[in-house]
Amino acid sequence: MTAPTSTSAVVTAGAALFAEELTRQGVATVDVDWRPPVSGTEDALATVMLDPRRVTANQEALARMVLARAQLTDVRPAAEVLDLQPGQFLHAGPPIEWERASGPLRGALIGATVFEGLADDPEAAERLLARGSLSWEPCHSRGAVGPMAGVVSPSMWMLELYDDVHDRYSWCSLNEGLGKVLRYGAYSAEVIDRLRWMTDVLGPALQAATRARGPIDVLAIIAQMIQMGDEGHNRNRAGTLMLLKEWLPDLIAADLRRADLAEVVRFVSGNDHFFLNVAMPACKLITRAASGIPGSTVVTTMARNGTDFGIQVSGTGEEWYVGPAQLADGLYLGGFGPDDANPDIGDSAIAETAGIGGFAMATAPAIVRFVGGTVPDALRTTARMYDLCVGENPSWAIPVLEFRGTPTGIDVTSVLRTGQLPQINTGMAGRVAGTGQVGAGLVTPPMECFTAAGHGLAAAVPSPHLPGVVRT
Amino acid sequence: MSQVIEVRKGTYHDSVTLMQLSQELNARPDVTTVVVAMATELNLSMLDDMGFDRPAEATPNDLVIALDVADDAAAKAALDALGELMQRQPARTSGLGDQELPSPPTVATAARRAQSSLALVSTPGRVAALDAADALASGLDVMIFSDNVPVSHEIALKDMAATMGRLVMGPDCGTAVVDGIGLGFANVVRPGPVGVVAASGTGAQQLLALLDGADVGVTHCLGVGGRDLSSDVRGRSTLAALDRLAADDTVTTIVVVSKPPAPEVADVVSRHAASLGKPVILGFLAAGRPDLTATAAEVVDAVGARWEDPRRWGAGRSPTTPTDPAASRYLRGLFAGGTLCDEAMLIAAESLGTLSSNIPLAGHRHLDADLASNGHTFIDFGDDQLTVGRPHPMIDPSPRLERLERELADSECAVVLLDVVLGYAAHADPATDLAAVIAASDTPVVVSLIGTRDDPQGLEPTAARLVEAGAVVHASNAAAAREAVSLVSGGPA
Repeated sequence: MTAPTSTSAVVTAGAALFAEELTRQGVATVDVDWRPPVSGTEDALATVMLDPRRVTANQEALARMVLARAQLTDVRPAAEVLDLQPGQFLHAGPPIEWERASGPLRGALIGATVFEGLADDPEAAERLLARGSLSWEPCHSRGAVGPMAGVVSPSMWMLELYDDVHDRYSWCSLNEGLGKVLRYGAYSAEVIDRLRWMTDVLGPALQAATRARGPIDVLAIIAQMIQMGDEGHNRNRAGTLMLLKEWLPDLIAADLRRADLAEVVRFVSGNDHFFLNVAMPACKLITRAASGIPGSTVVTTMARNGTDFGIQVSGTGEEWYVGPAQLADGLYLGGFGPDDANPDIGDSAIAETAGIGGFAMATAPAIVRFVGGTVPDALRTTARMYDLCVGENPSWAIPVLEFRGTPTGIDVTSVLRTGQLPQINTGMAGRVAGTGQVGAGLVTPPMECFTAAGHGLAAAVPSPHLPGVVRT
Repeated sequence: MSQVIEVRKGTYHDSVTLMQLSQELNARPDVTTVVVAMATELNLSMLDDMGFDRPAEATPNDLVIALDVADDAAAKAALDALGELMQRQPARTSGLGDQELPSPPTVATAARRAQSSLALVSTPGRVAALDAADALASGLDVMIFSDNVPVSHEIALKDMAATMGRLVMGPDCGTAVVDGIGLGFANVVRPGPVGVVAASGTGAQQLLALLDGADVGVTHCLGVGGRDLSSDVRGRSTLAALDRLAADDTVTTIVVVSKPPAPEVADVVSRHAASLGKPVILGFLAAGRPDLTATAAEVVDAVGARWEDPRRWGAGRSPTTPTDPAASRYLRGLFAGGTLCDEAMLIAAESLGTLSSNIPLAGHRHLDADLASNGHTFIDFGDDQLTVGRPHPMIDPSPRLERLERELADSECAVVLLDVVLGYAAHADPATDLAAVIAASDTPVVVSLIGTRDDPQGLEPTAARLVEAGAVVHASNAAAAREAVSLVSGGPA
């Protein structure tokens, strides 16, 4: 008896015996390292995965994400672009009330209240905020994104990005730099002064340069930075330099005071994370393109407010699924330690949602040292993220992976079935309002978000049709 | 000569990739020059020098394709080739080398790692549909060994398969042979003209074994799951499997083995079978219909081979004399295969009257939950309810061995009828433990031995060991059942 030969492998899941018996016949197998799904999600998963819309819906979601574009078209005040009224703020993550708000979010709201001149000092600002005289809602609810606390007030200038394929805008504030900054919950005088300078000088200068330059293709810059060792979340050096390079001729040609020009260039080039606030709304345009496809299980938002971690998934649109925000694992600045860190905060996980950041870790081995990791760890992280995603983005090619595209489109069902969580690269804010940044590291969402999303998606599946008519 | 220039807005590729693409296209015989590049000033001026008209509105973030080709057809061919090259997936590397790559955690990720057209799923029934759906979505056929899969899952999977042109074998599909590869509990078959569609695993195995005994080969045996021909599932996989076999030129004769379908489904299947343009033998096992052995004989005739009665090994024992001649004596059937159990009951019911079973025929007695014997008793140890949380009896024979010991010691037991199934995944040596128990008793034991010449356990050695212990062994389950019935003394219960 000759063993049957086949060039095709058999995929096996379950009893090892059957794989062994295939091997005995000379048939190659690829054996799944199978684990039971997250307990309690079995029936919801079956409903969702057997939904006949799912496969094409997820293909559509991936296609839209790959097709989306993001051009930096303007820089304008939030009041103008987001219709933000005095006393209204935006913040990172899912909605949250003052009582449950984390230290850094409270600190940033306090700072923004002072910055807007609604209170004379932080104490007065805090009283106003606690009393409910002011209002805030998620950046995501208006199509915007904000790093860390993500607080946006009407006077802040916003980067405006446009997706001409899907005719949609997204916005993000200007990055303030590292250390004691509003987005990390600091609100001291130096923080407020910097915000004033950004509003008075930086914003108008960048507006002039952007308008003179014409639209800047942000996705093309991201494609190049990924080939230059940036993952677009915790490392944005190449991206920042390339963006500055695009602006420089028109900045110089703009009608600016020479000292202001020097300060603008010094500020942008001195802040390695300036491009983060450009990458984030670009990622938002990508993920938002995939939002609202009935039956799709692709994650379109991951965002944290320092208390809750919230996700949104394509098939259920704007619905938030929340769980407790986790503490990051990483390195601490100066004298800070784990006790000083606030749980995970910021909309910046939109980077991972779109396929960069932690998902592109393989391209940025420099930052695995934030958690004492190794280069193989970085490669392994990206390899694992492919297993959670519906596809890849060929425009964002990782050289060390033979130019394989970044893992794109987190599938809720894959997370629930494997028990593996998306890897997010993040900064860490101080727990106490006013502290600022205390470190940076790696974090994952809580499984609760995905469990809730699984049930939410299942509830949105139409009742199964009656057994169909048999072909004749 | 014709020059074509095309701009694709906002399509970024790194320059090395583009130079590689250009080089590959330039190697085409119908092409004079091709340049595929980002529309940077440098690249545009190079195109100027080459005599191309500079495209309007091209920016450094746009892709420009410039072609100097013989004619429009060549231009189109080159652009098509470029499209294919750009679609070409880069190597699926992890950067780590395959050794360190984490194992794939799902069927979909496993399917991305290798060229594959088939998945074998044996995960717990409640969630097996997740893995099966993954396989279908990845473009694979799937065999679902798992039992206890909800029927709603089965229907949804089979509908999904239909839209994707894939086949679902199962759930509760014990046996399949695809292109000669044995999946699950499959016998080693030689290639040949027969294609099997089986709603029953051990029914299919009996057929494969008898065809092998007649030297008739089988290319595919496509399992469809025991519920496929029910009024709920309505033959979804049976029809798809028939189409597969009809399309396969190596298959000249098709046979369907199953319990009788729901009447309305039987109609649909019969009509579909008649439309395939190949002979289809419908082996629906039921009272008054041909047993599996008769079906095998029909198949052998249809392919023009010679049918002889299947093998019988050993002299067997005479019935023991009961201590109390007035006491009733009964047949006890202990089966690993559900269809083999069914077939034996159909034969026994013809002369023994009412039978008791955990899978009773219509009009017969259902055993109590403790499965205590009650008159002529047949137990299917492979039934779904007995395999929750434990291996199939073909893998773990111990529950049946214990029961065999009890029956052989029971003065009401006149004869024991057993099946022993060989093949891939079945116990490596099913005969030794059985033989020891059989040899320790004087009660007659009749065994139906389901196996092919090439099965790993060895057909002849297995038969020899059982015969040596005192059993009589048949290659035909039907013949075994008839001999066991003939050995029962005492009237109907």
